[in-house]
Amino acid sequence: MGGKRRIGVLALQGAFLEHQQVLARLGCEAVRTRSADDLERIDALILPGGESTTIGRLLVDFRLGDLVREKARAGMPVFGTCAGMILLAKEIIDSGQYRLGLMDMAVRRNAFGRQVESFEADLSLRGIPRLVHGVFIRAPYAERIWGEAELLAELDGKIVAVKQHKLLAVAFHPELTNDLSVHEFFLSMI
Amino acid sequence: MSEKREIGGNGMAEKGTFAVKKGLAQMLKGGVIMDVTTPEQAKIAEEAGACAVMALERVPADIRAAGGVARMADPTVILKIMESVTIPVMAKCRIGHFVEAQILQELGIDYIDESEVLTPADEKFHVDKTLFRVPFVCGARNLGEALRRIGEGAAMIRTKGEPGTGNVVEAVRHMRQVAGEIRWLASLPKDELMTAAKELQAPYELVVEVAETGKLPVVNFAAGGIATPADAALMMQLGADGNFVGSGIFKSKDPLRRARAIVAATTYFDDPKVLAEVSRDLGEAMPGIDIKTLVPTERMQDRGW
Repeated sequence: MGGKRRIGVLALQGAFLEHQQVLARLGCEAVRTRSADDLERIDALILPGGESTTIGRLLVDFRLGDLVREKARAGMPVFGTCAGMILLAKEIIDSGQYRLGLMDMAVRRNAFGRQVESFEADLSLRGIPRLVHGVFIRAPYAERIWGEAELLAELDGKIVAVKQHKLLAVAFHPELTNDLSVHEFFLSMI
Repeated sequence: MSEKREIGGNGMAEKGTFAVKKGLAQMLKGGVIMDVTTPEQAKIAEEAGACAVMALERVPADIRAAGGVARMADPTVILKIMESVTIPVMAKCRIGHFVEAQILQELGIDYIDESEVLTPADEKFHVDKTLFRVPFVCGARNLGEALRRIGEGAAMIRTKGEPGTGNVVEAVRHMRQVAGEIRWLASLPKDELMTAAKELQAPYELVVEVAETGKLPVVNFAAGGIATPADAALMMQLGADGNFVGSGIFKSKDPLRRARAIVAATTYFDDPKVLAEVSRDLGEAMPGIDIKTLVPTERMQDRGW
């Protein structure tokens, strides 16, 4: 791979600009991704936070979901935060909503409660030497993981970060802080 | 007001911080927040791809038609809507009515809109939003008004527009006004910012922040009169972070179809090909009102300061 790495950020709905800003700070070329052509131009993809049902609706309507799934299965690294974690899960508890279904985990939506329960906390994440600051907004967690999925972080006994080969999912929002370590960790997986 | 508690292993979790209040608004960006009055409408909105819904007893067009005093919705209506969808649910309290806000927080609503659509409870003071763990969104016609609301603790701003009219002209005016004033502030040397704060009637620290960053410190949505996919895309091209659509969806002929089209237009706001496609065959839009025909007391945007 010559030159800057081109990292796509799925730009259908949610906090995609924040991810693009973090990527720029890390010296990557951040690519606003919302078409089949955009997907052809990138080395890896970030699925941002937002509403998973909204992003799912648009992935279906604009026929991008199958393309993302194919590319991920062919080895494209994908990093999902919050709604992105939900979209990556094979199972979404109590929901038949659209998902990419790439990771061996069962995710519960809004698992910590509604907005008044949203919180910030420090946590340790395997592979990152210092504490990571997590902003959890109506956040999900994984109730179960199996198969190839690997537990990276727990908070209060809940699974909040999971890795599976070149796929990474976290329940919180590293893009809302000045802590670049989780993005650096993802870039090291590429 | 934030609240700390201990959690297993790693120390403390802090709830209700400004970062999590503002953070939810950041997650709503690029999305459409739709007014709904029943669980059935809420489900249609969710199915169409709304990123949140606003639970109301009546949409603004009906509030406008009914006249009288418009208040916070009955908690039963709000709770039923909260139970029917998984996306965030917002609700409105009257300007200055901090007890309605306390009730909404107790219900577990995700965002409170201190809204000029309802009849103000206080003509001088807005709610002190820093006292709440639930975040607030407030309307603004200009930069000074936006910064005063942020100064009171609002974690999200929207244009006021003129609600319930199906006429986007006032939302355009307010979005351009805020953007223009931000450009003006950003052009000033530091020693002129105190006078700028005086002219804007805005907190000095926030004026300095906007002058340095060239943008509002919180997310800024468009609201008030958006009725078509083209309206939604127009507001996005003018710099809105997302759209509130009030009466525009459920006062139209085919709400699901129109809602999906407005969602798509908000995402692909700068792609005329998509906009042309989703604007087709939507059925009739809501009937519109020329703002010039409103008498001063009918103008909702003049409520609050």
